[in-house]
Amino acid sequence: MTSAPRPLLPPAAFEPLADDAWLLRLGERIDDAANAEVHALVARLRRQPPPWLRDLVPAYASLALFFDPDAVGAEAALAWLRAQWRAGRDVADETAADSARQVEIPVAYGGAFGPDLDRSAAELGLSPQRLIQRHADAEYRVAMIGFAPGFPYLSGLDPALALPRLSTPRTAVAAGSVAIGGAQTGIYPRPGPGGWRLLGRTPLNLFDAGRAEPTLLLPGDRVRFVPIDEEAFERLRAQAAAP
Amino acid sequence: MSDDAAIEVLAPGPLSSVQDQGRYGWRHLGVARSGALDPDLAALANRLVGNDADAAVLELCLHGPQLRLLRPLRLALLGATVDLRFDGRPRLAMGRPIDLPTGELRLGGLRGGVRAWLAVAGGFAAPLALGSRSTDLRGGFGGCAGRALRAGDRLALGVAALPAIDAPRGSSWWVDPEFDPPDLSPIRYRALPTPALAEAQARFVAQAWRVAAASDRQGLRLNGEALPPPAAAGVSEPVAPGTVQLPPDGQPIVLLADAQTVGGYARLGHVIAADLPRLAQAGPNARLRFRACDAAEAAAAWRERQQRLARLRVAVDARLRA
Repeated sequence: MTSAPRPLLPPAAFEPLADDAWLLRLGERIDDAANAEVHALVARLRRQPPPWLRDLVPAYASLALFFDPDAVGAEAALAWLRAQWRAGRDVADETAADSARQVEIPVAYGGAFGPDLDRSAAELGLSPQRLIQRHADAEYRVAMIGFAPGFPYLSGLDPALALPRLSTPRTAVAAGSVAIGGAQTGIYPRPGPGGWRLLGRTPLNLFDAGRAEPTLLLPGDRVRFVPIDEEAFERLRAQAAAP
Repeated sequence: MSDDAAIEVLAPGPLSSVQDQGRYGWRHLGVARSGALDPDLAALANRLVGNDADAAVLELCLHGPQLRLLRPLRLALLGATVDLRFDGRPRLAMGRPIDLPTGELRLGGLRGGVRAWLAVAGGFAAPLALGSRSTDLRGGFGGCAGRALRAGDRLALGVAALPAIDAPRGSSWWVDPEFDPPDLSPIRYRALPTPALAEAQARFVAQAWRVAAASDRQGLRLNGEALPPPAAAGVSEPVAPGTVQLPPDGQPIVLLADAQTVGGYARLGHVIAADLPRLAQAGPNARLRFRACDAAEAAAAWRERQQRLARLRVAVDARLRA
């Protein structure tokens, strides 16, 4: 290797995640630069996937590669990952970031759609309207998808809007709820328990195992929230539910 | 599931779910692997009834279901010991193909383990969801309506019914793919070289753990003397079936097939692939010990297991041809 490592990132660490998986760590923190590097690397790895590749899982500052242990040895899988990572580092590959999809998510904020909006705004010293505006003004990135199928962890939240999780999680959160948890914002794809602050709800269906593309969002996507009213919510929900 | 139903569920058992070899290729979207907790035994049960390895089977947990067979069918059962009774007749034996006429099949409590796999010729005809028939219990899709079986469910099979027969007919031969009960020898795991976790890792293998009742297909929760928790919560990273997590309460969790795809808890290491199926048999209050091993031992154990399964497959095929 002749190129110097990127100054802001610690050296990459490869570790066994399972007998059929490797983890590559590019950083120790929630960090946009590390996350961008993760998505760029995943895009590169997907360009010519070897037949033994089962899954590539991007996270905030790391990614996992799952392989078919009957088709490739663990060391050979690691060698491929290491070689791809080194090759990418030398060309400062930002194509994944450039080609990221832009997705607009309509959100009905407040009221029954976002039962925590008013209290959260008061805690932040903002009017509810101003909280909505600041939440909807930012551009977010799908840092990773996890917790539940299709649940996007979005980076890019205005740090001034960070809110602690509820001390007692709700047992029932409505599908499509748009929420803030700590310094992140996200969307609950299906009803279930949850401890994030609920600001609003999107009528779009974030996950449907019956669709060819099961999730509305992909890791690395750029996301904006567009405030809508109740009437638009109902109309869009009817459209989303139509076959 | 369908009106071509071959089986009606009279009593479901606590957690009977449709599973195949698992769901791959969707982990980046938060979709778990799911699938039989012992995919090799599920595949072998399928082989006994002439199915492909990936056909959907019924995974039983703790206690089997009570089923009404609406058509004659061929089945085989592997895993923990289960009493299998048909229409009040003497017990039927596991580990072999059995042809059954219409009637009522009762599966009893599981012994010597907590999971068993029931394969039926043709396989359970759940629709493919993201390339698999496995039930994703947390995601609520796949298998039978995305959930465990309920009384009244009607299950279809992937083939036409067998010709009518009068009485159960089991083969005279059987397979007994001995698995080590999880409490007999330590579960082997590969520890991560993380200095901050060295003490926790040393204490993890130094004591015996009890499996907590709150364990499920997502993870085995272990109870014991609390391990020293890490100083700070980490940033979420990918996890996998087999990952040994250390939450702040110091009680480790071993993730299983339904594991979420990312997690923020510290990781001590992972249970090796060859020993993961043994964890499927560890029920509430089971006593488990762990032992650290290296990559070479993990690979050798995997090869040994694959060779043992290959010999079983050859033996089954020879019997089925005879």
